[in-house]
Amino acid sequence: MSKTQPGYVLLEDGSRFDGLLCGSLEGGVGEVVFNTAMTGYQEAVTDPSYAGQIITFTYPMIGNYGVSDRAMESGRAHARGVIMREARNHADAATAEGGWLDWLEANGVWAITGVNTRALVRHIRDRGAMRGGIFPASTGVDEARATIEAEPSMAGSDFASQVTPEAPIEHDGKGPHVVALDTGIKASIVNQFLERDCRVTLLPCQTPAGEVMGRDPDLLFLANGPGDPAAVEAVTATVRELIGRKPMVGICLGHQLLSRAVGLETFKLPFGHRGSNHPVKDLETGVIEITSQNHGFAVVGPDGGGTIENDEPVRWQTDHGEAVLSHINLYDRTVEGLRLPEARAMTVQHHPEAGPGPRDARHLFDRFLDLAKEG
Amino acid sequence: MVIGSGPVVIGQAAEFDYSGVQACKVLLEEGYEVVLVNSNPATIMTDPEFATRTYVEPLLPGPVAQIIEKERPDALLPTLGGQTALNLAMDLSADGTLEKYGVELIGANREAIIRGEDREVFRQVMNDAGIRIPWSITVESVEQACKELDEGDASLPAIIRPAFTMGGQGGGIAETREELEQVVAKGIAASPIGQVLVEESVIGWGEFELEVMRDRNDNVVIICSIENVDPMGVHTGDSITVAPAQSLTDPVYQSLRDIAIAVIREVGVETGGSNVQFAVNPADGEIVVIEMNPRVSRSSALASKATGFPIAKMAAKLAVGYALEEIPNDITRATPASFEPTIDYVVTKIPRFAFEKFPGADEKLSTYMQSVGEVMSIGRTFRESFAKALDSRELDSRPEVPETDEALLEAIATPTPGRIDLVLAAFDRGLSVEQVHEQTKIDPWFLRELALLASEGDGTGGLERIYNSVDTCAAEFEAATPYYYSSHEPEGSPSEIRRGEKPSVVILGAGPNRIGQGIEFDYCCVHAAMTARECGRDAVMVNCNPETVSTDYDTSDRLYFEPLTMDHVLAVCEQEKPEGVIVMFGGQTPLKLAEGLKEAGIPLLGTPVEAIDAAEDRGKFGALIDRLGIKPPPYGTALSAAEAEEIAAGIGYPLLVRPSFVLGGRAMEICYSNEDLKAYLDRHVKASPEHPLLLDRFLENAIEVDVDALCDGEEVFVAGIMQHVEEAGVHSGDSACVIPPMSIGQEMIDEIKAATSAIALELGVVGLINIQYAVAAGELYVIEANPRASRTVPFVSKAIGIPLAKVATRIMLGQKIADQNLPEFTGDHVSVKEAVLPFSRFQGADSVLGPEMKSTGEVIGIGPDFPTAFGKAQAAAGVALPEAGTVFISVTDTDKAAATQLAAQLHDLGFSILATGGTAQAISRMGTPVEAIKKIAEGSPHVVDMIEERRCDLVINTPTGSGARADGYEIRSAAIRHGIPSVTTLTGASAAVRAMSARANGSSEVKSLQELHGS
Repeated sequence: MSKTQPGYVLLEDGSRFDGLLCGSLEGGVGEVVFNTAMTGYQEAVTDPSYAGQIITFTYPMIGNYGVSDRAMESGRAHARGVIMREARNHADAATAEGGWLDWLEANGVWAITGVNTRALVRHIRDRGAMRGGIFPASTGVDEARATIEAEPSMAGSDFASQVTPEAPIEHDGKGPHVVALDTGIKASIVNQFLERDCRVTLLPCQTPAGEVMGRDPDLLFLANGPGDPAAVEAVTATVRELIGRKPMVGICLGHQLLSRAVGLETFKLPFGHRGSNHPVKDLETGVIEITSQNHGFAVVGPDGGGTIENDEPVRWQTDHGEAVLSHINLYDRTVEGLRLPEARAMTVQHHPEAGPGPRDARHLFDRFLDLAKEG
Repeated sequence: MVIGSGPVVIGQAAEFDYSGVQACKVLLEEGYEVVLVNSNPATIMTDPEFATRTYVEPLLPGPVAQIIEKERPDALLPTLGGQTALNLAMDLSADGTLEKYGVELIGANREAIIRGEDREVFRQVMNDAGIRIPWSITVESVEQACKELDEGDASLPAIIRPAFTMGGQGGGIAETREELEQVVAKGIAASPIGQVLVEESVIGWGEFELEVMRDRNDNVVIICSIENVDPMGVHTGDSITVAPAQSLTDPVYQSLRDIAIAVIREVGVETGGSNVQFAVNPADGEIVVIEMNPRVSRSSALASKATGFPIAKMAAKLAVGYALEEIPNDITRATPASFEPTIDYVVTKIPRFAFEKFPGADEKLSTYMQSVGEVMSIGRTFRESFAKALDSRELDSRPEVPETDEALLEAIATPTPGRIDLVLAAFDRGLSVEQVHEQTKIDPWFLRELALLASEGDGTGGLERIYNSVDTCAAEFEAATPYYYSSHEPEGSPSEIRRGEKPSVVILGAGPNRIGQGIEFDYCCVHAAMTARECGRDAVMVNCNPETVSTDYDTSDRLYFEPLTMDHVLAVCEQEKPEGVIVMFGGQTPLKLAEGLKEAGIPLLGTPVEAIDAAEDRGKFGALIDRLGIKPPPYGTALSAAEAEEIAAGIGYPLLVRPSFVLGGRAMEICYSNEDLKAYLDRHVKASPEHPLLLDRFLENAIEVDVDALCDGEEVFVAGIMQHVEEAGVHSGDSACVIPPMSIGQEMIDEIKAATSAIALELGVVGLINIQYAVAAGELYVIEANPRASRTVPFVSKAIGIPLAKVATRIMLGQKIADQNLPEFTGDHVSVKEAVLPFSRFQGADSVLGPEMKSTGEVIGIGPDFPTAFGKAQAAAGVALPEAGTVFISVTDTDKAAATQLAAQLHDLGFSILATGGTAQAISRMGTPVEAIKKIAEGSPHVVDMIEERRCDLVINTPTGSGARADGYEIRSAAIRHGIPSVTTLTGASAAVRAMSARANGSSEVKSLQELHGS
């Protein structure tokens, strides 16, 4: 292992977990969340949806197979920090282009190892995701606490505008033209469209509706992304203008933005869904898929509650006709996907593109494109 | 109907008791009537309470068809009893039995079993689905294999796998043409359909397994990934394995996952668990599928214990029509079973071997399984987990480390049981990861961790021991099931133990299965847990064997998956503050800890430590029985080699020699002369004050008797008197035995009972005691007494219908025998226990029975008379006594008279007789037609040629003393190679002939345990 020095994780409620700083040693604050996947650490840290967050990996051995360019979900690290039980800097795997700790350091990601991550996760599970930070042992607890207090809470935070590209990005393709409002899109999503011969244009998320339509899309795509969906009202307003004009699809934050755009509400989950093992039932086929998940907010059900009791395609009345529940999370029975027939729109909360995680739901991209074909 | 896996053999062990018990419990809970068939008395699954009807009958088409005819089951669930159950179900399907009685195969149908098991069909299915598997050719003769090689359709090195065998038995690796010829020949002989697969060698690639489940709605989930530390080339059962996979990137892991799901769908396993094995090329990530098992397996038991997801239980529910989403996750209770477990710890499995029991056997590990047991450990980091697993092995000795670096590197190039210790030694010596990788091809990820383990220890320094739960979900949800492991975390970390108000009883398990300490002890521990709960205590189990029922979290109130070392056991006691600890049921493993626990102030339940010492210390025990007027065979204890020879001269030969404090007869031998004794002293540990050597007069031609009894300190209940079929000198664990005794008079039985009572009371036994006696010339001799649960407890319990370990536990918790209304055994059936031997697994080892235990498991045969019961036991043990054909007889001079009688009987039954020199003469003189055949020294065609040509159907060959061993060894080895039953004792032969004669007179009816014992 490269450089280390004693450090600790402090949560806003005062809970402290000791460890050793590694990677980038400076430390800092963010929302502390946990991810239960056993593989895909580099994909997670480079997923823009983790902007503003510190990821606790529940799997203890992190860094086992090094890092590689192919595992990048975006151009850089987005998670602010990582909390681990036993970090590794091995680079023996055939695909490894470097060691994980070296990479964390080079990318300015704060990291701490040797932490009882299980105790930390149980704490967050019971009390909810909260602000916290990684600090060198030399930083006093009072000072650390003050730094945490100064950090705005995740509810109400707009991170999407920080991770959106400054200028449009275009990928050539012979097939349908997918135009995305890029609130922090993952490379794996783009790749799924490209593999299906799509032409893909990623637009800064502030792009006005008129300009979006000016790109002549066959399919409007609302990307994943970080933060509170309620905090990006400007994007929601754009979506509201666009909805119904062309077939529209959303993933994760995109699912939440579309829901909000048609008048549905979102709420903050106690500790979110982050991992590679959540069972999601596709109510259109009855098939259960194991999904990749990364979200802290969810869409409120038609009866105003956070969960849906039965495996049935319940309906909401929205500003654009009916929304029909298409997917449900079998872990906590929250909304995992919607179809809005009148608006020619469909969304999912989970990540069918995988990267990291299981590929059970990748076929949804075919369903997205069928929607585009129907026009 | 549920079919079990039969006796514990290498490749098929206690894990099928675990899965079978889970299945039976589920089916009963769901309101089904369960008809269970399993010939293994030492299993929990054959306890009458786990089925509506329990048949301890041979797992052969004949007897099982008889049971089907009688019970008329609606369905047969064949996927939980290993390869045995699957093959049997296929036989019953092929011969029309299932169709005739309208029995539906559930779990996996005939087509799916064929697609998964028949290698040729599997290859087709995979090719059609575009899944890459190694090139392979099905071959049915050596000539064909050579032709393929010549024509370039095959290349070397190649792997040879026989069709329809378990644990890769009869397979191997061929690097040269000669090896190809040998291994193909052996494989064809081992395969029940005479077919082997010659396939591309991917030796040195990384080996991975995924455990997969599918339900009737076609939903598929992966329960666990497993990575082998030993790369391809070592059977996965013999490999050190780790869960989850450590070295795979997410994309490669997801590819394995996708392929595993495709495989289970293509093979068409409708519901239940399967396991898919992969090889991954470390250089480029290329993936090939090696094989799949369309059933619950050893790996699935490991995966269940590793994740907390009970695969067999779920498989049984899926088989009767549930979907995964309809079943709650046992551990979280709040979430459904249609998910994939994720874990936040590292699991290590290390196999346990028994090569020391088989002198001459090649210790090189290969593609067929040779280990007899395994340990599993859980730790938060790889190093912590691995170090715990190394501790759990409980090895008597470590391999010798070669002196030079070159020799050490040379040694680790070959996979052997001790290689991992040598790898650690290499790192300890400063050799590099690159050097070790070059030799071993072990993935550098493991080697870097092992190097760190060697240089810095397990990484727990400065940390505090706490207990975490196994919860299937990495703490995302609250766990309801109390399944714990210890780990080390920074000071102040919380423990997750939820200890209620009830007093607890800590039961120490038996650790890894090994020869001499197997599933029988786990059976007793499980009974102790069940009884402690019934008696209002919290049952707390400590064990490290993933195969067993005892480590099912349903068995106890709290399960600690921990090494059975003093340190770990004391730490558990610190948590539990138990009412008492039970050390009497797990064999030597917990017994070794008794003294230390007592010194630490931990209360022990049952027989006091002093009694154990009084029974094991020759001097004390000698004085004790002397007081009681009971005599031992003349004996002595030597503290030096010179003293040993002196004592031997006083006692007289033949002598039984062994070190004190051993289980299963390790290093126990019969010496017929001073020369034998000297040779023994040279070979084994030198006698010394620290390691006393025990010498006993060996009573030739004595009848050996084993007794299991219960004692509450005031009263003794003699539960079972077992007469050994083999004469004294064969280890009791390897000898067939019968209840009730067949040739011991009532007077002697009364004398045995009286002696047993006197010894148990005098020792102060509170619980179980086992005493071995020899009856020679009308005199009773005590050989040894063990005041603890013996290997025969489950057999006796099933023979007489009284669960001895449960009664013993109640006694330990304060009840009296008088309170328990134990019925005197009055049944008129005869029960025979037969040992199952693993010789065919160990190339080069002799198959002769002796005072050192060599069997891996046992079967029971129950019948109205001895010959019938013995015949059933033989059949169940896989010794297919022939109905007609040729018998070869070769015996020593002292056995010749009796052998001529047997020959005459066999002749009357219609057999032809073959014999060598003297034996042939003796038989011929008595007027029985016999064909004489040459001994090896007399030149070809000789006896071994005859066996190689499979010209005989049964071999009776008795070795004695030191002479004529070489011929006998060759004869027995050849018989084993060709699967010809071979009997090595005259009493065994006599019983076999009686059984063959009884069978010729027609088969008997089958009776369930419930019918036999009137419950």
